[in-house]
Amino acid sequence: MLHNHVFLRKTKKGSVAKIVKEHYLRTDIACGSKACTTCTPCKRANLAEALPPFPGSQVGEYIVPDTNVLFHHLDVIEHPSISNLVILQTVLEELRHRSFQCFQRVRRLIDDPDRHFYVFSNDFHAETYVPEPAATASTTAVAESPNDRNDRAIRRAVQWYNAHLAALHLGAVLVTNDVANRQLAVNDGIPALSLRDFVQKLPGSVPLLDMLGAAGDDPTAPSSKDAVADASRLATVYPEHAAPASIQAGIATGVYQMGTLHISPHNFQEATLLADVNKQRVEVLISGRMDLNRAMDGDVVAFQLFPKEQWKSIVSKVQEQEDDDEAVGSDADAVDDDDDDDDDDDAAADANASASSESLLMPTARVVGIVKRNWRPLCGTLEAPPGFKQHVDAAREHVIDPIQSAFFWPIDKRMPKVRVRTRQLRHLLGQRIVVALDAWPQNSRYPTGHFVRVLGAVGDRAAESEALLLEHDIAHAPFNARVLACLPHQGDRWTVDVDTIDKPDRVDLRHLAICSIDPPGCTDIDDALHARPLPNGNIEAGVHIADVSYFVKPDTPMDIEASQRCTSVYLVDKRIDMLPTLLGTNLCSLRSNVDRLAFSCVWEMTPAGEVVSTRFHKSMIRSQASFTYDEAQARINDTSMNDTLSTNVRLLNQLAKALRKRRIAAGAVTLASPEVKFRLDDKEQQDPVDVEMKELMESNQLVEEFMLLANIHVARKIQQAFPDAAMLRCHPAPPSNRFDALIRAVGQRGFPMVVDTSKHLSDSLDAIQLPEDPYFNKLVRIMTTRCMQQAAYICAGSVNPSGYWHYGLATDIYTHFTSPIRRYADLIVHRMLHAAILRDGQLARDRMKRLADVLNVRHRNAQMASRASIVLFTNLFFRNKPATEEAYILRVLKNAVIVLIPKYGIENAVVLPKASLAKCDFDEKDIAITWPADAASQTRAGKLALFQKIKVHIEIVHQGPEAAQRLQLQLTLVDPPLPAA
Amino acid sequence: MRREIVSPEGFRQDGRRPEELRRSHFRTSLFQQVDGSAYVEQGNTQCLVTVSGPREPQMRSKSLPDRAVVTVEYAVAPFSAGERKGPLRTNRAHTEVAASLQATFEAAIMTTLFPRSEIMICVQMVQLDGSALATAINAVSLAIIDAGIPVTDYVTACSAGYIGSDPVLDLNYLEESAGMPQLTLALLPRTRKIVTMAMEQKLHLDHLEPTAEMCEEGCLQMYQQMNAYIASASKLATLITPSA
Repeated sequence: MLHNHVFLRKTKKGSVAKIVKEHYLRTDIACGSKACTTCTPCKRANLAEALPPFPGSQVGEYIVPDTNVLFHHLDVIEHPSISNLVILQTVLEELRHRSFQCFQRVRRLIDDPDRHFYVFSNDFHAETYVPEPAATASTTAVAESPNDRNDRAIRRAVQWYNAHLAALHLGAVLVTNDVANRQLAVNDGIPALSLRDFVQKLPGSVPLLDMLGAAGDDPTAPSSKDAVADASRLATVYPEHAAPASIQAGIATGVYQMGTLHISPHNFQEATLLADVNKQRVEVLISGRMDLNRAMDGDVVAFQLFPKEQWKSIVSKVQEQEDDDEAVGSDADAVDDDDDDDDDDDAAADANASASSESLLMPTARVVGIVKRNWRPLCGTLEAPPGFKQHVDAAREHVIDPIQSAFFWPIDKRMPKVRVRTRQLRHLLGQRIVVALDAWPQNSRYPTGHFVRVLGAVGDRAAESEALLLEHDIAHAPFNARVLACLPHQGDRWTVDVDTIDKPDRVDLRHLAICSIDPPGCTDIDDALHARPLPNGNIEAGVHIADVSYFVKPDTPMDIEASQRCTSVYLVDKRIDMLPTLLGTNLCSLRSNVDRLAFSCVWEMTPAGEVVSTRFHKSMIRSQASFTYDEAQARINDTSMNDTLSTNVRLLNQLAKALRKRRIAAGAVTLASPEVKFRLDDKEQQDPVDVEMKELMESNQLVEEFMLLANIHVARKIQQAFPDAAMLRCHPAPPSNRFDALIRAVGQRGFPMVVDTSKHLSDSLDAIQLPEDPYFNKLVRIMTTRCMQQAAYICAGSVNPSGYWHYGLATDIYTHFTSPIRRYADLIVHRMLHAAILRDGQLARDRMKRLADVLNVRHRNAQMASRASIVLFTNLFFRNKPATEEAYILRVLKNAVIVLIPKYGIENAVVLPKASLAKCDFDEKDIAITWPADAASQTRAGKLALFQKIKVHIEIVHQGPEAAQRLQLQLTLVDPPLPAA
Repeated sequence: MRREIVSPEGFRQDGRRPEELRRSHFRTSLFQQVDGSAYVEQGNTQCLVTVSGPREPQMRSKSLPDRAVVTVEYAVAPFSAGERKGPLRTNRAHTEVAASLQATFEAAIMTTLFPRSEIMICVQMVQLDGSALATAINAVSLAIIDAGIPVTDYVTACSAGYIGSDPVLDLNYLEESAGMPQLTLALLPRTRKIVTMAMEQKLHLDHLEPTAEMCEEGCLQMYQQMNAYIASASKLATLITPSA
């Protein structure tokens, strides 16, 4: 049977196009029940043969949810107690249009055989197909909207299922929250339930009911307390958001701009974003609850710049949510006048100060509308509402509590508190839980959300680690069976089949003296090196990278999984791999004294480091040694060792030095990070026992130089071969005003800083040396790093070639090639390079572009997770041993200073007590907090300014209300002593 | 949002499975003024072909002493696609299609039987919905048979694309515009001799064989349908004019 879809569509050019699509209807689509014998057998048929009937129904029923149920309540659907769902094609298509992310989550559920989900292609089935509204418009009185048509299609499918399965004593029930749809279903004799009614029929439904959010409330019995809350909600708290149409118009005329909001980690009411001000790309500040207008971190917002009179000084203050301590209940939604007045005062003060220091003013703006929410599930804890008593009455254990409101404190300090309504408050207090956001109404001070699941007790390492991974959206489940099936079937007994493998393209390099240099304990060895003198006086140097692309073929389940993970994530206590361990630490890892497959870059170089020629080919190698950095360093230093490997390493080092010199001359910036490494004790506990700074030796630089060289050459090669699709890594020059504060501060110390090119920046950084404080140089470098933009993956075709520039490395083109075991980008680059040297293969530019976007997000998440893990362990480290340490001031705020403690790599705020602060002055010109000598309390005059070395006391406190239980590092100033209150 | 060409359930966007052809419809002997004509629909791709000849060449200089010349005109109607195209101009892509049609049918027609003569084939694409070349070849094949020109065999054609890890048969416009590599294959079904193979995108060599095999299957299916039509049409013809 054939139907033609005919519809008209306006094209991009504005003309009208008539689109005709064929639509074939078929009779061979299976219903998906294993009990069914009449349907065409189907491999995907997965619905259970027999089902226990729900209370109140005659037969066991499959569940058919509508689109809204899946879209709004996917958390519930993902709950393991829900199975035997029929997902209709109509629903799936609608969902794909609504949210691709939701669609993918549903697909994942469908792929899980234990959940018994089945996709019924109802639109292609001759008996369940429902014509499009356009085709029936002439026959029905009122034109049917596409949504109504889809609802009709869903009802038709449920009806068909019931008729089809009647003989098997099975049925299907429609689950929808749409009252009208349910009514229509009932009129046609189709069983239909609301999600709430359905969930209540399941055993153990209480946590599920909570997950429904407002939709889980009993519509017939609103509690009296809520009525009060509703009344107080009538007061409008926030300005209204502009309508999408007016936002679009505003952006078109330049009144509004659009950008991604980043909330400051120190102050949840302060955010920055990039905007064009006077045709320059600069950072813009949005501060205060009203101006932020319900925007949250990562949201894409439309904003309007304030006139210059309202621009603010870049000095802000530390503000955490504890400042506005409110109780849950009637006053929670009331406008907090004090707070807002406070903000206005600040603005006024700033305006006064502006005359003196104009260059330090930051443009300000306000949010007019939210284009795209970046809502994700949040991890945190519930705060006990005032007056709540924890019942320890065993008799009440099984009684379902009434719904209660409580505030949820996210771990992420940039996120606001969330109002959560739950029936199981007793059980959730003191637990790390996940909450999904529902809405942020205009008349509610805080957003509302619903409970999703429990991770574990607060402070429990496993729960905290999982929270950390969830917070950063990192897939950490074990690899599934389909992925593991892609591994070589010989397992760890797999060996290189020397005679047959990839002849003749693969070159046998097993005779070369190749070695690898890595940190101690490294098991995933990506890279190995060799060098040897050539008869003509030049040197042959080679970089050999694990040939992961040999094992991971495109579009296999393993490849798809890796492309979703994008990168391995390194936490303090564990590593979350991108590839299964067998590959990562064994078959791909270039371990010593076994044959391994590699992708090699081999150069002929002059002793001065000039590249004469480059070759790329796949190879097999046999690494002769896996050195640690220390061992390699020993061989560099000890010239008496004359074995091949030692001379090899020294030769490499000689070349690396030459390469480095060239790179620095070209303007590469040496950056620094304050990272430290925790030493964990060996017991199960894995408590951190010590910290050590990451040390840099010549051997580190040796490896780094060769990796850079390989990456640059590979980048050139793939860019030439695939000018459209090549995957590159670029690092844009930072916006000019980011450096303003730093230039000023360094200038006060008598060092000029020129930042117009990376060369000048690098030279000025080298010149900054304080003989009395060797750490000063590193400090400035750390702060310079903070001013830089993030490097990003790009698809060559989407950017003008001038945009390939890598600012930090000062090279015209760069990519990632050298770590395919732990980065997906490298794997892609391997495939590209292989295609480039064989001159075949297909690469789609759009696909690469999409991939680059995903990679960038995942990489940032992975980085954030690593940092969060370090913070977690820092807190554990100091939990029982407060310390006093030296610290440097990185930033001076109005009521606090941000300091860096070099020994532990901790960066944190030192909030000054309010009482002392009253006696201090804020020096706008020098950006310093000063106080005069006070004879009465015997305090000397003092000041806190940028780069100053101070002493702080470190200890761990429970921050926030008791129930929130955030472990928080608290720093207090010890030296110089503040004036006493 | 990118739509998948073949859903995990195994259906394409129009409800076909990967190995299924579209519905096709044939008609021959549409015009009296020419020697042979045919109209072919494959899905929404529609093609009208007329054949004149063998006859004296319109341009003497073009004639060959040992065989007939096959000339092909290929035109696409302005209303054939979703958006109306401007007036017809010589289009290089069209010239190319014409050239490949010419090469195809020079291989199938027994041209040596008609030295110094011309066989004129006019192809008019009425509606385009993917696989235009394959449809044109099938239509020309029917028109030549309708004209009674001796051929070694039918020429049947079919296209296939390659997406993900599997080939898909008989692409429609939507699938074509997804940018996957598309192979068009024309063969003489009885000997399975390939007369034309056309592909404009890159495809990994490993994938060519499964794609070509699927195309071949498609061509054979097409052959059965065309043969059945010709059989019924000639029966029809004998019924109407028994003396002929």
